[in-house]
Amino acid sequence: MTTASIKIHLRDLGMTFDGKGNGTSIRVFERITLEAREGEFVCIVGPSGCGKTTLLNIIAGFVKATEGDVLIDGSPVHGPDRRRVFIFQECGIFPWLTVEQNIGFGIMDRSRREQKEHIDHYITMVGLTGFGNAYPSELSGGMRQRVEIARALVSNPDVLYMDEPFGALDYFTRLRMRAELISIWEREKKTILFVTHDVEEAVQLADRVVVMSRRPATIRTVIDVRLPRPRDLDSLHYIEVRNKIFEAMGLDHSGLGVHEKSPAPL
Amino acid sequence: MKKRLEVLLLPLLVVFLFVSVWHIAVKVSGSEIFPTPVEAIAGIAELFRYGVLFKYIVASLFRVSIGFLLALIIGIPAGLLIGWFSRAFYAFNPIIQVLRPISPIAWIPVAILWFGLSDLAPIFLIFLSSLFPILTATMAAVQNIQLVYLRAASNFGVRGLALFKKIILPATMPQIITGVRLALGVAWLVVVAAEMIAVNSGLGYLIIDARNAGKRYDLVVAGMILIGAIGLCLDLLIRRLQRLDEVRWGFQSMMQ
Ligand SMILES: Nc1ncnc2c1ncn2[C@@H]1O[C@H](COP(=O)(O)OP(=O)(O)OP(=O)(O)O)[C@@H](O)[C@H]1O
Ligand SMILES: [Mg+2]
Repeated sequence: MTTASIKIHLRDLGMTFDGKGNGTSIRVFERITLEAREGEFVCIVGPSGCGKTTLLNIIAGFVKATEGDVLIDGSPVHGPDRRRVFIFQECGIFPWLTVEQNIGFGIMDRSRREQKEHIDHYITMVGLTGFGNAYPSELSGGMRQRVEIARALVSNPDVLYMDEPFGALDYFTRLRMRAELISIWEREKKTILFVTHDVEEAVQLADRVVVMSRRPATIRTVIDVRLPRPRDLDSLHYIEVRNKIFEAMGLDHSGLGVHEKSPAPL
Repeated sequence: MKKRLEVLLLPLLVVFLFVSVWHIAVKVSGSEIFPTPVEAIAGIAELFRYGVLFKYIVASLFRVSIGFLLALIIGIPAGLLIGWFSRAFYAFNPIIQVLRPISPIAWIPVAILWFGLSDLAPIFLIFLSSLFPILTATMAAVQNIQLVYLRAASNFGVRGLALFKKIILPATMPQIITGVRLALGVAWLVVVAAEMIAVNSGLGYLIIDARNAGKRYDLVVAGMILIGAIGLCLDLLIRRLQRLDEVRWGFQSMMQ
């Protein structure tokens, strides 16, 4: 692997939140070193509260790490950038804008015609034809999530940061959204960092799965998922990889703790 | 359908009961001065015949509009800036919090001293009394903006004046409208009080004048009914703002 194809490089990241006033500071994670290749789909899993959102916020430039640095295409990140779009755990589309206006938010500097073309293209892609003039409050949770994905894609970023984007959706919608995301990713070849605490989801999506431990978190292990797509969820290999991740998290496949005294709830 | 009928009939029933009790109470007490409901309505008709009805309503509404508009023009931008820039907040918040609880009524003597017995005095009072609800609601709204919206905006490179226009103002609009609605209610309360003292027109003046010049309590109560009715209309007008597409999201739970 040549360095040219390394898209995101985390060098020895550490994060401590100062306890404001009460003096208790929180050591969230430490010694996080990771490389993601251009076009790679990397999932980050770990127990609730281990700092997945914080890590993604730091990589995206919203928050500064207390130690280490983030390199993208070899240069350090100093703030958010429109070439790398964040999709938030708690839906980040603007409720005062229509679906069309939300999707067009990232390309308002382009000509009207170009905007319209792009918006129409992505509205169709995420299956929201006919909802262009609807407001987010009139949509279901899954539809809102698709608006946010369309808003991210429309400005053609090279990287997507996705923070449990499907966490609030029901089982079937989640399955469908995963399939849609994979087909978009295969077509547009973005680098994706995808946070989830759902191990199944990680194995269904990722090229590699990064497993974080409980707080203060470190990277426990990184597991290669060498499964062809579309993935067969009944194949032995799939189950093998999934169990390997469960094991790394200190759980057996029924979700009960095997290595730790008191496993964190997933 | 049944629900609809209830929504219409129940309040009418309560109004009817209220008016009946009022009527009976006046009759039983044998009061010569306090009017029955019918006499109060006749009072409104009399005001109309004298040609002062619309004149006084317009006078009151005029003062409220000017003072209220000034409060909007100053209160919203100032609230946005003070809410957004923490330095401005540290600097201005304490003085705002001290001035805010002073009743507008307490300002009446000061207003008369500064502006004399003219339209300016009530306009100043209305401005003051509606400024604080608007200012504090706007400040709080800015400080309550969800971080996701600001982060999403910065992710797409929106900053500076565009950030105010595209994110901060629309994100705070529902809460600002709530403050504005509160402010208009207060302004309408204050105009009546101010007109009782500082000027000789308007609904407040009507009430105090009817009492002083011949104990015409039928006209006093007529004035009160008008004040209530117009206050209700103003509130209904403002409530329509809450139904605009751009702000409806902020009132969702209230509408259900
Ligand atoms: N701004 C902050 N100030 C102080 N502590 C914070 C802040 N943000 C997060 N934390 C703490 O850091 C830890 C990690 O939080 P984070 O949101 O990154 O976890 P997470 O892995 O995303 O959890 P989940 O799976 O529940 O979303 C938590 O203990 C949280 O309390
Ligand atoms: Mg999180």
